Amino acid sequence: MSKIVEKEFFSKNVVKVVLEAPEIAKARKAGHFVIIRIGEKGERIPLTIADADEQKGTITLIVQKVGVTSAKLAALNVGDEVTDVVGPLGHATHIENFGTVLCAGGGVGIAPLYPIVKALKNAGNRVITVLAARSKDLIILEDEMRANSDEVIVMTDDGSYGKQGLVTAGMEEVINREKVHLSVVIGPAIMMKFAALTTKKYNIKTFASLNTIMVDGTGMCGACRITVGGKTKFVCVDGPEFDAHEVDFDLMLSRLGAYREQEVKAYEKYLKTAETVQ
Amino acid sequence: MENIAEYLKAERSQEWRTELRKSMKAKERTSKERVHMPERDPNIRNKNIDEVNLGLTAEMALEEAQRCLDCPNPTCITGCPVGINIPKFIKKIETNDFLGAAVVLKETNALPAVCGRVCPQEKQCENNCFYTISLKKTPVAIGNLERFAADFERNSGKIAIPEVAEPNGIKVAVIGSGPAGLSAAGDLCKYGYDVTVFEALHEIGGVLKYGIPEFRLPNEIVDVEINVMKQMGVKFRTNFVVGKTATLDDLKEQGYEAFFVGSGAGLPRFMNIPGENYNGIFSSNEYLTRINLMNAAKEDYDTPVLSGKNVAVIGGGNTAMDSVRTAKRLGAERAMIIYRRSLKEMPARVEEVKHAQEEGIEFMNLHNPVEYYADEHGRVNRMKVQKMELGEPDASGRRRPIPIPGSEFDIDVDTVVVSVGVSPNPLIPSSLPDLKMTDWGTIVVDKDTMQSSIPELFAGGDIVRGGATVILAMGDGRKAAAGIHKYLQEKVRKN
Repeated sequence: MSKIVEKEFFSKNVVKVVLEAPEIAKARKAGHFVIIRIGEKGERIPLTIADADEQKGTITLIVQKVGVTSAKLAALNVGDEVTDVVGPLGHATHIENFGTVLCAGGGVGIAPLYPIVKALKNAGNRVITVLAARSKDLIILEDEMRANSDEVIVMTDDGSYGKQGLVTAGMEEVINREKVHLSVVIGPAIMMKFAALTTKKYNIKTFASLNTIMVDGTGMCGACRITVGGKTKFVCVDGPEFDAHEVDFDLMLSRLGAYREQEVKAYEKYLKTAETVQ
Repeated sequence: MENIAEYLKAERSQEWRTELRKSMKAKERTSKERVHMPERDPNIRNKNIDEVNLGLTAEMALEEAQRCLDCPNPTCITGCPVGINIPKFIKKIETNDFLGAAVVLKETNALPAVCGRVCPQEKQCENNCFYTISLKKTPVAIGNLERFAADFERNSGKIAIPEVAEPNGIKVAVIGSGPAGLSAAGDLCKYGYDVTVFEALHEIGGVLKYGIPEFRLPNEIVDVEINVMKQMGVKFRTNFVVGKTATLDDLKEQGYEAFFVGSGAGLPRFMNIPGENYNGIFSSNEYLTRINLMNAAKEDYDTPVLSGKNVAVIGGGNTAMDSVRTAKRLGAERAMIIYRRSLKEMPARVEEVKHAQEEGIEFMNLHNPVEYYADEHGRVNRMKVQKMELGEPDASGRRRPIPIPGSEFDIDVDTVVVSVGVSPNPLIPSSLPDLKMTDWGTIVVDKDTMQSSIPELFAGGDIVRGGATVILAMGDGRKAAAGIHKYLQEKVRKN
C-alpha cells in the first residue's frame, strides 16, 4: 500500500500523483518504471517514474486518463492508498556526457522524459528539449524542463501554444542548426516512430523509452515483447529503452491495441458506474 | 543417512505400529485393490474451474491405508524429495488418527495439501513402493492419502502449527515465495531464525498462484498453508524485487545474514518463428498469469485476456496441459495440443494427459508450428504446422523429432499459447556479478548444501534446476535451510 501525499491536475485528463514509496524513491534512477495495481480486482500497469524525493521518500507519477486504471488513479485523493506499487523496474537510462542531446517528448511522454533530461543536464550535456502535444493544455512540466534544459522548443498540433507543427519539425529545426550527438524520444508509439525516422535520416543515435502492455514487469510473462533489430525483446527486463532505429514500431502499435475492444468496453462501463456513484 | 535409517527403525518399532501390523495379515492387505479417487464429470468440469479431483472419503482413505505393509525398509521414502515419513503418516490414517497423520506430514513438508495434489507421485514415492517394485501391482495411493490427511486437517478447523525453536534473532531473507522459498522459510523458521520472504508479485505463492490453475490446485488451499507459516512467525513482503527495490547489500545492512534465492524460472521461451509476436499469441506464463493470478476470465476484474474458439497450445508438459484445459474452460470449441513428439515422450503427468483427453482436448502429436499469420488488426488467425517423425534418441533419451519435408498444412487458430519451457529469471543473478552461473543462466550450487559461490547465498528450485517440479523445488528449499543453518551456526561459533 502506498499513500498519496500530493495530487495535481495539469489538465482535465492529465494528473500528477505523489506517492509514499521510500524504498523505490531511494533506489530509482532516471528511466526506471513501477507497476501499480489499484484495488483487489485491479490490473497491473507500468508507469515511468517522473520524479522522486529521497528525503521525503516519495515518487511522482504522471498519468493521462485513457482507461480504467488511469481513471481510477486519477480519481484517488490525497490520503488514499494505491493497493500495490512495485519497482523500480527496468534498466536505468545510461547517462554520460554525450555532448549535445536532443530530447523530444510527446504528450504525457513528457513526464518520463523529465528525469532523463534532468540527469543528462547534470552530467554536463547541452540539452535541447522539444515538447510536443495536440494543444496548449497538454504541454506539461514546461517550467521544470526549462530549468533543466539549455533550450526548450514547444510544438502544438493546433498552434495554440509555441510553434504550430509536429514534434519532428521542432527536432529538424535543431538538427539543421547544430551538431546533435544523441537523441532521446518518448511519447506515443506513433510519435516515436516518426521521431526515429527523422533522426535516422541524419544518422543521429536515438533512444526511445517504450511503454508497452505488461503484467508482472519482471520478465516472467512476455506480454511486453517487441521486435528490435529482428529479435524478440522484453521491454520490462531488456528495456524500457531501446535503439529507436531498430524498434519495429508498427508491431508495437499493433500489440498496444491487442485489447482495444475490451479496454473501450471496460472504460465505458467504468465511466457509467463512476457517474452513478457521483 | 545412517541416522535417518535408525530414526525410521525406532519409529517403526513403536508399539502402536507393531500392533497395527499384526492386526491384519499381509496377504489380506495385498489382496486389496487400489481405491480410485472420485473425479468430477469431464463434460461438466471442462466448463468451470472447480477442482477435478474430489479427494478420498474417510472410508476410502482407511481402506487404502490398509494396503500399506509398513515395510521394514520403506523404499517409498527414498523417492520423496522432502523425505516424508510415509509409512508413519499412512499408519496414522489406518488408526483413524487423521490429524496425527497431518502432523507427521508437516514434520518435513511445509505444503502437504499442495503436494498431495501436484506432485508426480507416480515417478517418486509410488514408483518406489513395495507394490510397484516387488509385487508388480499398483502402488499404495500415497499422494491421494497425503491429500486426504492435509484436507481433513484443514476442514477440521484444528490446524496444527508446527513447533518452532526458541527465536535466535538471526535474520534470514528468502527471495521468492514459490514452493522452494516457502519450504526453505518453513524450515528456517523451525530452526529459530527470523525469516522474511520477499516476493515481487502482489500475492504470495509464486507458481502455485500464477501458474497452476484452480481446477488442479485451488488458491484457497495455498493460502491456508501460507497462513500456517505466518502463524509460525514467517514474515512476508510483497511488491519487493530483491536486486531492484533493494540490493542484497542493502539487505545485509539491514542485518540479514543469509539468503535463499528461489526466484524461479522467470523467462518464457519462444520458438523464434515468423509471426510469433502477433496478438493472441501468449507464453503459457502470460496466459495462465492473466487467468489464475489476475482473474482475467471473471467479469468484475480489470485484467483482460484473449481466448478464442480455436486455441492451439504448443508443447507437451504439465504447463501445456494446464493451458489447454484452461482454454477449454474459457469456452474454446477446439482446444488443441500441438506437440512435436508422440504421446509416449510427453513430459506431462499421465494423470493430466488422461484428464485432458477426457475433457475433449485434441492432441496433434508429431506436429510442430512453422509460422503464424494474422488478420488486418494483427490478431493471429492461422498457423502453419509441419508433421514430424521420430528418429534416434537424443541427449534427453527421448527419440528426436524430425520434420517431414512437404508435410506442412494450415490450421485456423485465434489464440496460441506457447508452452515450450522457461529460462531462469536473470533479475537476481544480473545484480550480483560475483555469483557463479552456468551457461544456461542457472545458479551454481553445492548439491548437498545448496550454497552458491557467495558463501551467505543459497539457492534452489528452478533458478538452479532450470525448470522442474514443485516438489523438487521444495526439496531444494529444505536442503538449503539445513545448509544455511549449518553455515550460520558455524559463523556464530567463530564469533
